[in-house]
Amino acid sequence: MDEQERRDYWRKNLRLMAVLLSIWALVSFGAGIIFVEPLNNFSLGGFPLGFWFAQQGSIITFVILIAVYVWRMDKLDQSYGVDIDDYEEEVHHS
Amino acid sequence: MTEIQTWTLVFVVITFSAYIYIAYASRVNSTAGFYVASGGIPAPANGAAIAADWMSAASFISMAGIIAFAGNGYGGSVYLMGWTGGYVLLALLLAPYLRKFGKYTIPDFVGDRYSESARLIAVLCAIVVSFVYVAGQMAGVGLVFTRFLGVTTEVGVIIGMAIVFFYAVLGGMKGITWTQVAQYSVLITAYLIPAFAVSAKVTGIAVPHIGFGSILDELNGLQSDLGLGGYTAAFGSTSMLNMVLITAALMFGTAGLPHVIVRFYTAKSVRAARFSALWALFFISLLYTTAPSVAAFSKLQIIKDVDGTALADMPRWFTTWADVGLITTPDGGPVSSLGSGAISYSDILINNDIIVLASPEIGGLPAPIVGLVAAGGLAAALSTASGLLLVISSSVANDVYFKKINPQATEARQLLVGRIAMAGAIVVAGYLGINPPGFVAQVVALAFGLACASFFPVLVLGIFWKNCTAAGATAGMVVGLSTTMAYMLWTIDIYGNSDGIFGIAETGFGTIGMIINFIVTIAVSQVTAKPSPVMQELVEEIRFPGRTSLVSKHAHGEL
Repeated sequence: MDEQERRDYWRKNLRLMAVLLSIWALVSFGAGIIFVEPLNNFSLGGFPLGFWFAQQGSIITFVILIAVYVWRMDKLDQSYGVDIDDYEEEVHHS
Repeated sequence: MTEIQTWTLVFVVITFSAYIYIAYASRVNSTAGFYVASGGIPAPANGAAIAADWMSAASFISMAGIIAFAGNGYGGSVYLMGWTGGYVLLALLLAPYLRKFGKYTIPDFVGDRYSESARLIAVLCAIVVSFVYVAGQMAGVGLVFTRFLGVTTEVGVIIGMAIVFFYAVLGGMKGITWTQVAQYSVLITAYLIPAFAVSAKVTGIAVPHIGFGSILDELNGLQSDLGLGGYTAAFGSTSMLNMVLITAALMFGTAGLPHVIVRFYTAKSVRAARFSALWALFFISLLYTTAPSVAAFSKLQIIKDVDGTALADMPRWFTTWADVGLITTPDGGPVSSLGSGAISYSDILINNDIIVLASPEIGGLPAPIVGLVAAGGLAAALSTASGLLLVISSSVANDVYFKKINPQATEARQLLVGRIAMAGAIVVAGYLGINPPGFVAQVVALAFGLACASFFPVLVLGIFWKNCTAAGATAGMVVGLSTTMAYMLWTIDIYGNSDGIFGIAETGFGTIGMIINFIVTIAVSQVTAKPSPVMQELVEEIRFPGRTSLVSKHAHGEL
């Protein structure tokens, strides 16, 4: 990677992180805590919606967020010509 | 011996033999193998090991009980969101970069990136946090043995110590990791089977995550009749501000805990580190999404069984747990003092720790399942204990002995020191498990606040901000840690008894400490000498994939 490519790669990485972390904050602190009372007026399969986000929805979303991150980073690496096999032989401390 | 004891013994013997066999098969003879399993663990296995490492006796034995009782339903959500949400931060902000940086421990990163005095502070924090935790695990082992096999706490803890000693001292990280994979399998099976069985029995829907929606109305009604407030009602026991602060402290604390971070060094590569985080959270979420259903089902059943029943007519689970003193009157007296009339739910106090262990009995499930749950509780406690002991051992042998006392030590000698440190730590942990200091339970919750106020900002800034200086990081850690500790000492019940500022709970103050740490680190970094050009370049390098000579040189200790 040359200097310009590196800068692009890093900017795309940061943008992905910003999007995913915003969703992370919205489902947990947002739906699970700050907006829990208005959301509890809606019901989902017997669950008040805010309560569901606090005890189920946020956790499920967290797993999906990391899955998206792993998938997008793999694609990003590939588009910059980084071979997956390069990783497998990465150095480790002696 | 009762039927339950026989089955418990069967499961304990089978699982313990498996752990010993695995440890023997994966014994090691190099420091890289001992500290980080030579960085050669595949991602799904590493994820399962992280999950077992992470899910302690507190997650397995206590969490459902805390949700059901202490937090009155909704309030317990802080643990569910806090202890899972931290993995998103780990996966996105820390794991890939720390893996690329190489080395063995958090103090290694802090020491190399910043300075030697910063390394010492980090070593101290890592050891304190780990000891606090490990004491709780050993106490959990004692609890399971006492209740299910009828031995004394001392004997139970000593059996646990002997097992951990065998596989941790022999196999180091490699033995621990593969044993933890087995322990994860045991603990998740033991958690899910009763949950699915109870849900099918009570609601006719086998999946507890869906099933428990259909009992919430009934549970809310029962709680209101008892004057407890609705189970799903928001902010009954905890204010919105404290919900936010405690959740955040647990999340950022998770991302700063040394025994979790070290696991990303055991991954094969940066890519494997990312995948490890995904697998870890997936495996953890299986238990964490089930726990609230266990809490709701147990609470419903307990209120129905107990409220309005005379002592003589109580179900058998009630008597067995009352006999070991875990069901008492609200002031801690024996339940026999309640007289022979019908008692009310509010006349008794049920210990948080028994909900999961008693849930198969409460749900009327057969004895083999009860035995399996006991083995699961032991797996959860032992897996976490061994991970923490490794952190203590590697901090002493690598960060203190090798880096500070004897840099010329041979590999064999470092390994010997590591093993001696491990053995010493096991003895101290066992002692703390048998004689737990009265404040252990509180201190475990506080450990997250301390980790969040000390490590998280320094790690994140160290990776994402090239100009973060050694003086800034050291000042930030010291100020963050000391403010948080001071606030905790000031507000916690056993030392002072203050309401604090704005009613902020001591468990949530770590978030404030973290913000202070960030501000101090950034401010001091503006006015102190910048990191060396080589270090700035190294920080830049770890952001990009692929091999580079600079990172490789650093990993081999040539910088």
